[in-house]
Amino acid sequence: MDKRVTDADAALKGLKDGMTLMVGGFGLCGIPENLIAALARSGVKDLTCISNNAGVDDFGLGLLLKSKQIKKMIASYVGENAEFERQMLSGELEVDLVPQGNLAERCRAGGAGIPAFFTPAGYGTEVAEGKETREFDGKMYVMERWLRADYSLVKAWKGDTNGNLVYNRTARNFNPLMAMAGTITIAEVEHLVEPGEIDPDHVHTPGIFVHRIFQGKNYEKRIEQRTVRQRA
Amino acid sequence: MALDKNQIAKRIARELQDGYYVNLGIGIPTLVANHIPPDITVTLQSENGLLGMGPFPFEGEEDADLINAGKQTVTLLPGSAIFDSATSFAMIRAQKVNLTVLGAMEVSDNGDIASWKIPGKMVKGMGGAMDLVASAQNIIVCMMHTNKHGDSKLLKKCSLPLTGVGCVKRIITDLGMFEVTPEGFKLTERAPGVSVEEIQKKTEGRLVVPDDVKEMVI
Repeated sequence: MDKRVTDADAALKGLKDGMTLMVGGFGLCGIPENLIAALARSGVKDLTCISNNAGVDDFGLGLLLKSKQIKKMIASYVGENAEFERQMLSGELEVDLVPQGNLAERCRAGGAGIPAFFTPAGYGTEVAEGKETREFDGKMYVMERWLRADYSLVKAWKGDTNGNLVYNRTARNFNPLMAMAGTITIAEVEHLVEPGEIDPDHVHTPGIFVHRIFQGKNYEKRIEQRTVRQRA
Repeated sequence: MALDKNQIAKRIARELQDGYYVNLGIGIPTLVANHIPPDITVTLQSENGLLGMGPFPFEGEEDADLINAGKQTVTLLPGSAIFDSATSFAMIRAQKVNLTVLGAMEVSDNGDIASWKIPGKMVKGMGGAMDLVASAQNIIVCMMHTNKHGDSKLLKKCSLPLTGVGCVKRIITDLGMFEVTPEGFKLTERAPGVSVEEIQKKTEGRLVVPDDVKEMVI
């Protein structure tokens, strides 16, 4: 089935105020740049965003924080964003901090039809407060629930019009998990190709999880921490 | 003389064994990679989805799609592998990663660790630290022995919100190396020139001092 749409604006059709979104990426690596820009243009608001991080002040999800389109953020680490800090401390922004492995597995569970699972992370800490705990084979675990989204926005390196996706390097991160967990999953790719051009053995996300796909443009791919070594 | 950050990293590197898969946290732990003995093979895991992490790239060869968990540009070594975040924490949770090295704000003498939150201050989040400490086979905490006010970070009980309970096995500070035992922190090595008395004075938690504590060899 041909799932291609013309661009990011067309891809966001049906996305409304108050919806829950998953947004792929780790820091600024592997984020859906075109879709975030289109969200900012659309003015849609009161969003709940599930994403490992919250971008930086002027890029990534930071753009949607600046325009106050996000009501609640579910993330594991949010340390790179001064506007985020201001909104959180003033109470404008609701924040749920989740251990990174739990966040990943909760997305995977949402995409795999598993409503809850037991995990050791956070046992005995404040993130386990109010949650069911249970001992298995002598070790304590905390029950965590799945996460699902009205829309999942992911970024891949290459995709075909059937929605099959291939990621590049560590830009993979949360993208395949979030792709599975969206009621509607939108993929933006650097290279959109015809069916048959991706070897089936090389597909990371099978097209069944993807509903809309388009080729993005003007990728900035900003680097947060440029670290290099000197040539000998 | 108390150890500096590089000397702490160098001492930790001596705990590495051939064939280990190791996750190094941000800060002093990252420096451990610079001191891996040349005669052993250690594979570095980065929890954003990378096994076989190499050194920083040469200038001009940075790839925005290739970073470590600290969001620094890195390289791949021959034989490395890339995977998604759930697979990454699967190998952590299932104890395939042999050793985790991370920093901390406080450790208690029963092995609790606090490293992610100071109430009333900006909360940045725990990242992968809670997952790592809850599951690691072996955890080494490296940190300064006291905070900037001179207060001990090795405590009877952590005062800050916990990252994990009863999980720390070993601690290396600028003053010495300690094992967490049922009796408390057992001093196993002291930093060159640092006296047992100084360590006793700067340790608030229960401290066990064996008769013969060796001086650390760096």
